[in-house]
Amino acid sequence: MKIAYYPGCTLKTDAKKFEESAIKVFKILDIELIELKKWYCCGTVYSLTKDNLMYRLAAIRNLIKAKEEGYDRLTTLCSVCYNTLKQANEMARNDKEAMNKINSFMDEEIDYDGSVEIIHPLEILKEDKIREKVKKPLNKKYASYYGCLLLRPKSIAIDEFENPRIMERIIEACGGKAINFPLKNECCGSYIVASDKQAVAERCYRIVSNARRNGADAIITSCPLCHFNLNEIQEEVKRNYTSFSGLPVLYFSEIMLEALEG
Amino acid sequence: MLAEKVEELSGENIYACYQCGKCSAGCPMAEQMDFLPNQVILLILRGNEEVIDSKTPWICAQCYQCGTRCPKNVDITKIMEALRAIKLRKNVDYIKMRFKKNLPQIAVVSAARKYTG
Repeated sequence: MKIAYYPGCTLKTDAKKFEESAIKVFKILDIELIELKKWYCCGTVYSLTKDNLMYRLAAIRNLIKAKEEGYDRLTTLCSVCYNTLKQANEMARNDKEAMNKINSFMDEEIDYDGSVEIIHPLEILKEDKIREKVKKPLNKKYASYYGCLLLRPKSIAIDEFENPRIMERIIEACGGKAINFPLKNECCGSYIVASDKQAVAERCYRIVSNARRNGADAIITSCPLCHFNLNEIQEEVKRNYTSFSGLPVLYFSEIMLEALEG
Repeated sequence: MLAEKVEELSGENIYACYQCGKCSAGCPMAEQMDFLPNQVILLILRGNEEVIDSKTPWICAQCYQCGTRCPKNVDITKIMEALRAIKLRKNVDYIKMRFKKNLPQIAVVSAARKYTG
């Protein structure tokens, strides 16, 4: 199977190991991620104010690129990009008035109508196929951290928004143990890290400690921003709480690669 | 006046809120706030402009937890955004972006989107 792939800024830089491991994992599972020939920043978590459509243009332009290149499905690894593209696509499907304005504004592009389907890589993976391909079963306990943008708002959720299980099923298909982790859908503090690092350190402390108390050896995630806030910010937490002992934070594709490559 | 402005910017019906506090109970950033999310709504309804200068809208991580759990379907995330917009549209930036080092791109770009006018 082939599927169009939108990388976004961080997958090419800070989260390069996420992209590299995911492309390898998908290849082993006979899924080819084909990067769009041309793409721009998705516009990230744009302003939610109702009267300003300009913020949605970046996401819509990327969806047009996918359509121009002949794709009707598009996937992206970063949770922020996923949320942005999916929400913009929902608007394209449901708000005709807004789309008329956007389409007439972008008069050099083809019109967009919401016909590209945005799908998260976690939704493509099939457990049976993973089980078949595992060479070295994982023998550790993992906490699956979803954060906010894969699950909310409800209309874009990749799984049940209060108790998602999609990553747990993948861990178990790879032979690992998925622990119970009540804070799996609690926000890590997101971009607040740019304005108030201490507030994010408090989030990191609470989430990582909770994973540890529930017996995790590591936390897995699918978001470069969650990865930063839960991993790098642990240094800050150690300064605030001397008894704090951290946990490794990995992308779901990294542990999958470990199991599939053997 | 304030309530009308917030409703116009957010597209949400603030008057639907019956102050059950479920938003504040589930808010991951509540500890860092000077007004809790349900209190913010109350202040807006009372026309108390103090809420525009409060810390709460800026510490809101826009994670949609509150709106997802609201029994009246009020998306408080959008109300926080409206309060930010009232400030930002006066061409005021909440943070200086040029000093942001050692952060991943996604944090810098997102912060620029949410914190600058």
